Amino acid sequence: MPKRTDIKSILVIGSGPIIIGQAAEFDYAGTQACIALKEEGYRVILVNSNPATIMTDAEMADKVYIEPLTLEFVSRIIRKERPDALLPTLGGQTGLNMAVELSNSGVLEECGVEILGTKLSAIEKAEDRDLFRNLMNELNEPVPESEIIRNVEEAFHFVDGVGFPVIVRPAYTLGGTGGGICHNEEELIEIVTSGLKYSPVTQCLLEKSIAGFKEIEYEVMRDAADNAIVVCNMENIDPVGIHTGDSIVVAPSQTLSDREYQMLRNTSLKIIRELGIEGGCNVQLALDPDSFQYYIIEVNPRVSRSSALASKATGYPIAKLAAKIAVGLTLDEMMNPVTGKTYAAFEPALDYVVTKIPRWPFDKFEAAKRNLGTQMKATGEVMAIGRTFEESLLKAIRSLESNTYHMELSDAEQMTDQWIEKRIRKAGDERLFYVGEALRRGVTIETIHDWSKIDLFFLYKMNRIIEFENELRDDSFNVDLGQKAKRMGFSDITLARLWGSTEFEVYQWRKENRLIPVYKMVDTCAAEFESETPYFYGTYEDENESKVTERESVIVLGSGPIRIGQGVEFDYATVHSVWAIKEAGYEAIIVNNNPETVSTDFSISDKLYFEPLTVEDVMHIIDLEKPKGVVVQFGGQTAINLAEELVKRGVSILGTSLEDLDRAENRDKFEHTLNELGIPQPKGKTAVSVEGALEIAESIGYPVLVRPSYVLGGRAMEIVYRKEELLHYMENAVKVNPQHPVLIDRYLIGKEIEVDAISDGVDVVVPGIMEHIERAGVHSGDSIAVYPPQQLTEEQKETLVDYTTRLAKGLNIIGLLNIQYVISKGEIYVLEVNPRSSRTVPFISKITNVPMANMATKSILGISLKEQGYESGLIPEKQGVYVKVPVFSFAKLRRVDITLGPEMKSTGEVMGKDLTLEKALYKGMVAAGMEMKEHGSVLMTVADKDKDEAVLLAKRFVNIGYQILATKGTAEQLMREGIAVREVDKIGSEGPTLLDIIQSGETQLVINTLTKGKQPARDGFRIRRESVENGVPCLTSLDTAEALLRVIESMTFSAEALPAQPAKRKAVRQ
Amino acid sequence: MKRQLILDDGTVFIGEGFGANEETVGEVVFNTSMTGYQEILSDPSYCGQLVTLTYPLVGNYGINRDDFESITPAIKAFIVREVADFASNWRNESTLDELLKVKGIPGISGIDTRKLTRIIRQHGAMKGIICSAEMDSAAMLETLHETSLRRDQVDQVSTKTAYASPGRGFRVVLMDFGMKHGILRELNKRNCDVIVVPYDTSAEEIRRLQPDGIMLSNGPGDPKDVPQAIETIRTLIGEIPLFGICLGHQLFALACGGDSFKMKFGHRGGNHPVKDMQTGKVALTSQNHGYAVDESSLAGTRLKVTHIAINDDTVEGLKHLDYPAFTVQYHPEASPGPEDSNYLFDDFLKLMEDEKRKELQHA
Ligand SMILES: Nc1ncnc2c1ncn2[C@@H]1O[C@H](COP(=O)(O)OP(=O)(O)O)[C@@H](O)[C@H]1O
Ligand SMILES: Nc1ncnc2c1ncn2[C@@H]1O[C@H](COP(=O)(O)OP(=O)(O)O)[C@@H](O)[C@H]1O
Ligand SMILES: [Mg+2]
Ligand SMILES: [Mg+2]
Repeated sequence: MPKRTDIKSILVIGSGPIIIGQAAEFDYAGTQACIALKEEGYRVILVNSNPATIMTDAEMADKVYIEPLTLEFVSRIIRKERPDALLPTLGGQTGLNMAVELSNSGVLEECGVEILGTKLSAIEKAEDRDLFRNLMNELNEPVPESEIIRNVEEAFHFVDGVGFPVIVRPAYTLGGTGGGICHNEEELIEIVTSGLKYSPVTQCLLEKSIAGFKEIEYEVMRDAADNAIVVCNMENIDPVGIHTGDSIVVAPSQTLSDREYQMLRNTSLKIIRELGIEGGCNVQLALDPDSFQYYIIEVNPRVSRSSALASKATGYPIAKLAAKIAVGLTLDEMMNPVTGKTYAAFEPALDYVVTKIPRWPFDKFEAAKRNLGTQMKATGEVMAIGRTFEESLLKAIRSLESNTYHMELSDAEQMTDQWIEKRIRKAGDERLFYVGEALRRGVTIETIHDWSKIDLFFLYKMNRIIEFENELRDDSFNVDLGQKAKRMGFSDITLARLWGSTEFEVYQWRKENRLIPVYKMVDTCAAEFESETPYFYGTYEDENESKVTERESVIVLGSGPIRIGQGVEFDYATVHSVWAIKEAGYEAIIVNNNPETVSTDFSISDKLYFEPLTVEDVMHIIDLEKPKGVVVQFGGQTAINLAEELVKRGVSILGTSLEDLDRAENRDKFEHTLNELGIPQPKGKTAVSVEGALEIAESIGYPVLVRPSYVLGGRAMEIVYRKEELLHYMENAVKVNPQHPVLIDRYLIGKEIEVDAISDGVDVVVPGIMEHIERAGVHSGDSIAVYPPQQLTEEQKETLVDYTTRLAKGLNIIGLLNIQYVISKGEIYVLEVNPRSSRTVPFISKITNVPMANMATKSILGISLKEQGYESGLIPEKQGVYVKVPVFSFAKLRRVDITLGPEMKSTGEVMGKDLTLEKALYKGMVAAGMEMKEHGSVLMTVADKDKDEAVLLAKRFVNIGYQILATKGTAEQLMREGIAVREVDKIGSEGPTLLDIIQSGETQLVINTLTKGKQPARDGFRIRRESVENGVPCLTSLDTAEALLRVIESMTFSAEALPAQPAKRKAVRQ
Repeated sequence: MKRQLILDDGTVFIGEGFGANEETVGEVVFNTSMTGYQEILSDPSYCGQLVTLTYPLVGNYGINRDDFESITPAIKAFIVREVADFASNWRNESTLDELLKVKGIPGISGIDTRKLTRIIRQHGAMKGIICSAEMDSAAMLETLHETSLRRDQVDQVSTKTAYASPGRGFRVVLMDFGMKHGILRELNKRNCDVIVVPYDTSAEEIRRLQPDGIMLSNGPGDPKDVPQAIETIRTLIGEIPLFGICLGHQLFALACGGDSFKMKFGHRGGNHPVKDMQTGKVALTSQNHGYAVDESSLAGTRLKVTHIAINDDTVEGLKHLDYPAFTVQYHPEASPGPEDSNYLFDDFLKLMEDEKRKELQHA
């Protein structure tokens, strides 16, 4: 069927901020869709609230709206733009839900907007677990027995029927909050009770557990002419019971015979035909390891994380083709973009093994529950390609960037066998490494299989890796063994450790013995057809297919897996850098290992190497390509951290030099530079002992901000107000000694400012200044940033630009730099300088339409800013107000304390823009998922140091008709100030406590500031978690609270009584 | 122990030996299926061939009792990147290595099978020899040049005597040119009363069995190497409803005056898209053939092209314009591969049914 000509304009809905369960894969899908639809000549209108994405670039669509993805705002856009059609299946769950809401509201009908691709009816059939169950029964496709229950009795009744274990899924809770697996009566009572409590409709779906079955996914596509194909099937190494998003996954399936493969293929195709899917779809199945018995777990009637993985694993661009199917094209008339010679109606054949490993945020959240279950916890993932399973597994492990290059644990010696068994039985994020250790201790694969239900096939392969370690240990620098080891995927670091040598020596030795990898093409067809796709992976075999061209090339290092502190914004910068390099006439080569991203779409760069971002793997590519140089400043800390080793091996880093990178990141050198430049910095010293720390603190004065010097990203950073706190921190939070010094800075209370700038060594362009709502002390990534600054004087702005310019020049920055300042008592101090792209680059670029990453890249390549048409100094401020509001995934992370502090905790962000600050904040907060109630009650429980400020806020809340609830201390303070307040009981006291208030939904907002210490047991922690579990906004910074208050005030009218009589009379007398 | 694979063009691959310790010569071809190695190695159509699988891990789920497509594999050798020395699947009975040893089939592993595949793609399927790595490659290459491959594969794999696979439904005479068990299975599943006959059974003998339909099986090699079968088919067309698969399809075309040609490297795999010219629908099919029917040669004939391969427009299905007879180049019985085209066996039954009805009307 030819494409539809009756529609001209199409609205594409994005997936909003990055949260756990919805990451960069939807930027990839959305971007592909927009490109595809424009290719076909449609007018594309895009709406997404996430500014850090490629898809929200002006070039991506004809009209780009960065607005909240809520009925209110999307309806407004629809009424304004009057699109002919809407494409809902590329924006993840968010996009899907939005489409359903829009259609229910009637606005689509009103404006005659047609839904393209899979019909809503089909979507509902797949999404609604009840409808889906019925459909499966009609098709007599098996689903696990399940039942909706309303109380514990019903739960027991169900269990009597099916037996333990059972899965509990509370109805209508965020990301299955409160759900889980129950193995016995205690767990059943506990989980069902909590589940019922969390469920607003006090309902839970109980399901017979099929944990332990093989979890298999099929990525399928269907067009309107009913052609249906399987793009890829995948096997989870972690069996059913662990969310696919948290499972180690291989493609294609490894342990399925053709009969099993075809049986599940038939089922998957049957289901999407029945549902009438038009586009991509994900089918999750559970297969009994001991029979042909299988169950359908669920169907996602849209592109998903798995489809992004499948696209990268096969080369087959699912989202792109899904978009074209949506406008009527059929698979047999579309070309396979990879071969360019064959058609899209085709099932890719892989001639390699793909392994995906999730990346979890537990390095940031030590307190979090690390065990894995039916609810996803990973923030991102890595993928690796190899010609053996061992190779792809070990490549994936070293792609994780968790200082692990092998199947091993850092401090295994101290662990008891019991502990190791426990961590294998109860799956956690490190299970793979515990398995390695168990094998090393001689536990048989059969035993580990009993513990974990991981298929013997995988355990056997893992055991081969472990056994081979011994062979290697006994025979250093043996070429045959070395070759075998590399074919198995062993890293040089691992070999060096086994051989008592260094990574560099091993690398040199290999080069001398020509033990170097070749690069093979990912071509969807196992070499059956010729194809020109420049998409490669490395492996140790005979034939190299990556032909080096005549053109001079530049290599860009990507940012690896999405994690807290390093999100999609770095992929944005990477992609723009690649484009700029192409514009400048060079061949742009990218190295990255994140399957979710746009940067690993082979159509972006001239050449894509899907490889781990380690010195070894990157050097191999450099040795082959002999590029002009390597660009490291767009790939976040990942790329920056590689610079030193690369330079050691004689690679030229383009842009800011290694020395200067170091001068910005090394504390002492940085201090020295600042002194030279005469730019103030908070007083600070380095302590190597507890006593020393106390002295320093005394000398510079409390409060102080302490952090170990050896961790990045604000980890283990704390603000301490008193000697006792400092002692507690020094004795519990860190180990301090000359090897591990602790940095102690004066904590400056004041306004935090963030500035991004571009320098070519001569000129320094400052596109914009951002002012934070939260005072310094809340990580820049977690605070609301406002552009343009609302409270800075012209002089302050000038000083900021002047400091920024001097810093850029003083540090010889070529490219981007990001600076955080704090203004305390009118004085401006520098907090830190990041000599690289930053979180705020896409935000500022989009507001000011100054293409920062592009300009920086060109400056790096020697095209001066003047030549690019830019002058030094601050770019004139744009009209309107723009806010960046952070978004958190706390509901998915049990036991994590949500208090904002110097450690970053947010997973994503949204942008709100409008004419006034209040309106922009309103949009931002709404887009971030905060509900704004014009009246209701607010529960306040604040630390003593905050009580005075709290009083002012309380008064204002009262004025707009809010009722104030407070705990004893806070309540007394407020009453003293004559504020009407209802005191609520502290936790523990009988009678309704504040926890009950939160659960019962009596309060619309909780304001809670941190009292000393961090130990989770404390009440404050309970309060904050309770709010999260019950979806009540909980603000831990009075600044955020004030901002929210402003917004509500701007929505309502204050109710002020006239001043009392006596005052009047007085007035008369005078 | 180390073995080498030497190609006609002189390329040498050194790898590890597995399976039987034999020296062997044959035509080197590649198959892109990611599952189904047991079905592939037991598919008689591979008679005389050294088969390489593009998927690097082979033997993962072992060898089971059920998935053989013939009792004695006719394949000459298996060439893989890695052979699993440990197999995991609930139906697993033995490793691939053990089976090949028992069946006297050599294998070679650990070589760059993608490189090998690319050579075949560029230069076409070619002769190859597998022998111990000790042997002098140059000398072996000589022998390879001298050896010419046998052309009597069908005679090697076809049953020597007729046998019955009884049922209560339609009687089908299955001409065995190297039949995959899958075909028999599909017919039996539909209650057919199947009689499998040798490829050189005369039309007369077949008539005497009074079949309701004739099934032409798949098989190895060049259709032109079995002229007598072409004769038999020619005489029976029109008399008895007929359905042909793979080699059977090519023989049918020749019998109707069409011609066939040798493809560069053929179609072997489970992901070949085929378009049904009537419905316009695409089916993913399982294929294994090195020869194809030449479309231009059909001009003068009474044959209609019903299916084509999307990627290279080769003829994938034929239908006789006057008589109840149709054939496909691909494998509706799948095993291994997608089962999208399984319905063709139902079409065959329907064809026999219609003919029966007609006869009754005339009688
Ligand atoms: N009946 C069950 N028994 C055991 N585990 C299950 C069952 N159903 C689902 N799971 C596990 O929970 C995970 C999430 O379930 P799923 O239905 O896919 O929800 P989501 O929409 O979060 O992906 C699955 O990947 C699977 O591993
Ligand atoms: N001396 C200080 N006074 C006040 N706040 C500070 C100080 N140093 C750091 N902070 C706060 O901690 C946050 C993180 O510190 P920073 O040095 O930027 O670490 P990171 O490398 O994680 O960005 C900053 O955004 C700021 O809010
Ligand atoms: Mg799922
Ligand atoms: Mg910072």
